[in-house]
Amino acid sequence: MAALLEVDRLCVEFPTRRGVLRALDHVSLSIAAGEVLGVVGESGAGKSLTGAAIIGLLEPPGRIAKGEIRLEGRRIDNLPPSEMRRLRGRRIGAIFQDPLTTLNPLYTIGRQLVETIQTHLPLSDADARARAVSWLEQVGIPGAADRLFSYPHEFSGGMRQRVVIALALCAEPQLVIADEPTTALDVSVQAQIIALLKRLTREHGTSVMLVTHDMGVIAETADRVAVMYAGRVAELGPVASVIQEPAHPYTAGLMASIPALDRRVTRLAQIDGSMPRLNAMPPGCAFHPRCARAVAQCMAEQPGLMAAGRTEAACWVPVKEALHG
Amino acid sequence: MAEAALLEIRGLGHEFDVSRPWLQRALRGERRRFLRAVDEVSFAIPRGQTLSLVGESGCGKSTIARLAVGLYRPSRGSIHFDGTGIVAGQAQPALRRRMNMIFQDPYASLNPRWRVSDIIAEPIRVFGLMKDRAQIAARVGGLLSQVGLTPADGTKFPHEFSGGQRQRISIARALSSEPEFLVCDEPTSALDVSVQAQILNLMKDLQARLGLTYLFISHNLAVVRHMSDQLGVMYLGRIVEMGPAEAIFAAPRHPYTRLLLEAIPSLSEPGRARVPVGGEVPSPIAPPPGCTFHPRCPLANARCRAEVPQPLTLQTAHGAVDIACHAVAEGRDRA
Repeated sequence: MAALLEVDRLCVEFPTRRGVLRALDHVSLSIAAGEVLGVVGESGAGKSLTGAAIIGLLEPPGRIAKGEIRLEGRRIDNLPPSEMRRLRGRRIGAIFQDPLTTLNPLYTIGRQLVETIQTHLPLSDADARARAVSWLEQVGIPGAADRLFSYPHEFSGGMRQRVVIALALCAEPQLVIADEPTTALDVSVQAQIIALLKRLTREHGTSVMLVTHDMGVIAETADRVAVMYAGRVAELGPVASVIQEPAHPYTAGLMASIPALDRRVTRLAQIDGSMPRLNAMPPGCAFHPRCARAVAQCMAEQPGLMAAGRTEAACWVPVKEALHG
Repeated sequence: MAEAALLEIRGLGHEFDVSRPWLQRALRGERRRFLRAVDEVSFAIPRGQTLSLVGESGCGKSTIARLAVGLYRPSRGSIHFDGTGIVAGQAQPALRRRMNMIFQDPYASLNPRWRVSDIIAEPIRVFGLMKDRAQIAARVGGLLSQVGLTPADGTKFPHEFSGGQRQRISIARALSSEPEFLVCDEPTSALDVSVQAQILNLMKDLQARLGLTYLFISHNLAVVRHMSDQLGVMYLGRIVEMGPAEAIFAAPRHPYTRLLLEAIPSLSEPGRARVPVGGEVPSPIAPPPGCTFHPRCPLANARCRAEVPQPLTLQTAHGAVDIACHAVAEGRDRA
């Protein structure tokens, strides 16, 4: 399967008064057509930044220092802003965490949908409106034709996120970057939104990069998952393997620290310490100060992704045994 | 059990006034409007145990947390702490010292302009527990070590700490007045999972060491299962199912509890799709008549739409469970 999107050794840096901070360090990923890639990690691991770099929305002074991003083999990281703007929405859509700040509170959702559709597709007003209604129906908004004239505040949180999904998909992009799309929602509504996103992207053959800190959402949605730690990809592989037989000690620790619903333990496994700050990155593997398996090589040499069991892990001493049993 | 309960709540109700300003009301001929945040809630927490309240946004769980420590005055019902009634607004320092609260957001709950040692010492000073500076400093140092920080951290400011460390500071502050009872309102929902595990382990260690009683508020059922002895599931201000946590997780009966449990993605079966349930939580300003869950309930019938269900006690292998559901009472859920 040819990759739709390739991120190749991407480095993002932030120049500050006290030197340059490297927030993403040689991140390499690829997403095939129709595939859902989960990107998981804790706050500050660089997962949202990877998404922002792909759609060209890095906040200055952040900049791509090295590496390439290719969409269907063509570089997109060095496009001029005007071309990037045409590509954004048309070929790469975006869904963000908070639907209230994604939507403009002063415009009706119909106007926002029609504007998006007409920006990317050569449609008349009537055709664009018909398409907007059809998308609202597809995302499950009752009375779609009437709701075109409603403002964002007239919708509940779950309904608003449905509108945002319609906005992201209405120009039929090849790839959607969904950054924590369900984090602001209650668990029962979260299930509805995930089911909707899965169904629509399957129907339209859209690839998804799903960025979240919630391993549960990844488990039910993604085909493959990339686990990020301190601006690097720690582990990459098929979702079932990463969850059940993680090779990287960080992934294993992360999975063990999640309280389970189906069994009760007296004490949760915990990873002591916290993720290093960007201005105090340890030499070698960024995880070694918290890692029980660390050997001398881990402190000196930074590991790259290498095959370990059924996944690829950036670790010199990968975990071999399965997590349960 | 009644005499062993540290906190006992009976028939608790709380309403918020959400009316428009009186002039607008007068011009439009509107009545006052009230939001019923908590309705007919009763439970008791035995000393040294953890009772958790779980539910989605707007179900009233945080309002109960605030009522329990006397931050709001209840509209109806009673709250007794160790046999003494709590009335908000009335100065009861002796009672207040024995309870404290841990908040959700460690970025908002610590004063950014105070040093950590002053933040932790504030309850000691307010309650006049110690006068001597050296004595207070030693106590603050001891508290910091107890929560896994070092006494030297006391001279720093909150911004120098990560989210998990800040939550440790707020736990140290909550413990400084030597309370017996802690209300924990979503203490880990702003934290990453690996840090959440550290904080939950710390809270369990402290409970075992100091004999603390917790009222634990969360929307995360897995966290609740890990922490609780007793569990109350709330929906729109009412407790719909309440009993020993093991009993409810082993055999959830109320349709809403089952919905909540089914809505959680499974880590042990990757790729399994959840059964999405339609609808969202209705507005508590205009709740549906009868059982407030009926618009989303697969078992609802005419009685559910008209009559508010009262709690019914069922005996299970793990203890007595109270369930407020007509379908369970009539045995329709097993049909």
